[in-house]
Amino acid sequence: MADIVRTGALQPDTQPITPRREVWLAMRANPGAMAGLIVIIALIVLAVLADVIAPHDPNEQFRDFFRHPPVWYANGLWDFPLGTDDLGRCLLSRIIHGARISLFVGIIVVTLSLSLGLFFGLTSGFFRGLPDIGIMRSMDMLLAMPSLLLSIVIVSILGPGLVNAMIAVAITYVPHYARLIRGSVLTELSKDYVVASRVAGAGTLRIMLNTVLPNCMAPIIVQATLSFSTAILDAAALGFLGLGAQPPTPEWGTMLSDAIKFLRAAPWIVTFPGIAIFITVVAFNLMGDGLRDALDPKLKR
Amino acid sequence: MLRFLLTRVSLVIPTFLGIILITFILIRLVPGDPIEVRTGERGISPERHAQMLHDWGLDRPLPVQFFSYVGNVLSGNFEKSLRTQRPVLGEFLELFPATLELAICAAIFAIVIGLPAGILAAVRRNTILDHGVMAASLAGYSMPIFWWGPMLILAFATNIGLGWTPVSGRIGAEFVVDRFTGFLTIDSLLSGDTDAFWSALHHLILPTIVLGTIPLAVIARMTRSSMMEVLGEDYVRTARAKGLGSLRVISVHALRNALIPVVTVIGLQVGTLMGGAILTERVFSWPGVGTWLLGAIYQRDYPALQGGVLMVSTLVIVANLSVDLVYGLLNPRIRHRR
Repeated sequence: MADIVRTGALQPDTQPITPRREVWLAMRANPGAMAGLIVIIALIVLAVLADVIAPHDPNEQFRDFFRHPPVWYANGLWDFPLGTDDLGRCLLSRIIHGARISLFVGIIVVTLSLSLGLFFGLTSGFFRGLPDIGIMRSMDMLLAMPSLLLSIVIVSILGPGLVNAMIAVAITYVPHYARLIRGSVLTELSKDYVVASRVAGAGTLRIMLNTVLPNCMAPIIVQATLSFSTAILDAAALGFLGLGAQPPTPEWGTMLSDAIKFLRAAPWIVTFPGIAIFITVVAFNLMGDGLRDALDPKLKR
Repeated sequence: MLRFLLTRVSLVIPTFLGIILITFILIRLVPGDPIEVRTGERGISPERHAQMLHDWGLDRPLPVQFFSYVGNVLSGNFEKSLRTQRPVLGEFLELFPATLELAICAAIFAIVIGLPAGILAAVRRNTILDHGVMAASLAGYSMPIFWWGPMLILAFATNIGLGWTPVSGRIGAEFVVDRFTGFLTIDSLLSGDTDAFWSALHHLILPTIVLGTIPLAVIARMTRSSMMEVLGEDYVRTARAKGLGSLRVISVHALRNALIPVVTVIGLQVGTLMGGAILTERVFSWPGVGTWLLGAIYQRDYPALQGGVLMVSTLVIVANLSVDLVYGLLNPRIRHRR
């Protein structure tokens, strides 16, 4: 008894284990997730402070330095640490500004697809019967098409460009969210606390948003983090195909597409934007896997 | 069994009709004049415009147009490509073997490496080997394959790197191979031209790796987790307790059950392969349906795009259905559910 009191006294700042703290503790014990988080924070800093950090304007052309190699080459210059591209633009500055675009793409795509997915998922979970059948059948149709093909088709209708690419990629994710949310809603709806809340007189909208939704958040958060990475990858793929962001936007995929013809002469123009995409995607996947393990041990694969 | 078959097949029909509907809407959503979209003709007289609208059946009510479109699709009667004025189906079928050959090689590559890697990682859980497999698999499914391709070209195909493999295309320009199956590796062997066979094989190496990378990572990951689950089951412990060697326990007792979810995942990779083929073909100038579809988009060849999308999606549906059916055959628990 005395021991227990004393241990309590030794750690006066011990906080109660709230669910949020539990998740954070689990995350902190996972080195992969922490590495991912650090990279993500670094990317956010780069994106926010791009104008300050980048040595040059991303679109400024230095006409004396077309395809100048990175600093570790014999004639490399510290002015252009990663070299310049075929138009003499500083590659490092373009990649730093590209972080801004990629994070922006991730945020918009996830928000858009999540909102639509929430709408369809909640509707079909709560209104079984015709709305449910209609929504889920349409989602199945969208799922039957390979997602890259579907987004290409949508962009070909809307026209190429960053905004349309984001819309296209977001549409391909909606079915995944809708299915996930519908599934979680159906599981929760059969539980006693929902019945209790209905008995207490709560309306459908209240049960939907205040009672059921908070309890479905864990898988949604995981899916959102993981689709952040695929969104960046897919938007970059569209950029690479010339259907996403248009030059001179410093979008990583678009930069790659422009540079591919200089693969032999100036491999650095191709290498670095790809490394940037790869690192970003790995970071979000690590973070997503870590969150999944922390939030939902049942899903641990 | 028959009931299971019929249920599964009937579930696919609405999806298939939906795909037809999507492609039907697709060409109508394209901004601009419908005749210009379909025929590429611009600045024609109003009389000719009205005549063409009538010829194409575009002056009929939309539901009528839709049902005649469904009829055409079901009888394999697609519109003509704007670029070549040839039927879309013929063009597609001509190019499809190139894509299929690449996709099959990529699938084999992914399974042959992914399965053993996943099994090894599960058996040697929490060792350096396991961590290595998991790290490689994370890298694999995070890979922008449109960058991975050029990097491999740089390392293996150019004079900067090793110069082992060709940069692009399906076969050396000096070879002419008679077409039997459309698979250049098989056709060259059938005609007894081993030089052509080696050339085709060399051209396949890098695209196979690039297209197979993501499926490989997914399969390895899935095999590992499924295997780990099964290895913790009581019957595996019983088998061990009986004194069976660990190779026998792993390969006979555990693997059979662990493979069930892996088969599903492999089936789902068909869509990934078809999507990835578009990027891979672009990187390696591979003359398949991916390159053809991209060309259709760049040159606003909407009839070709419509037909191509419909056929690729149908293939994915059929592939997933077949996996479903095979799965039911292998696993009575699935077959008898409901």
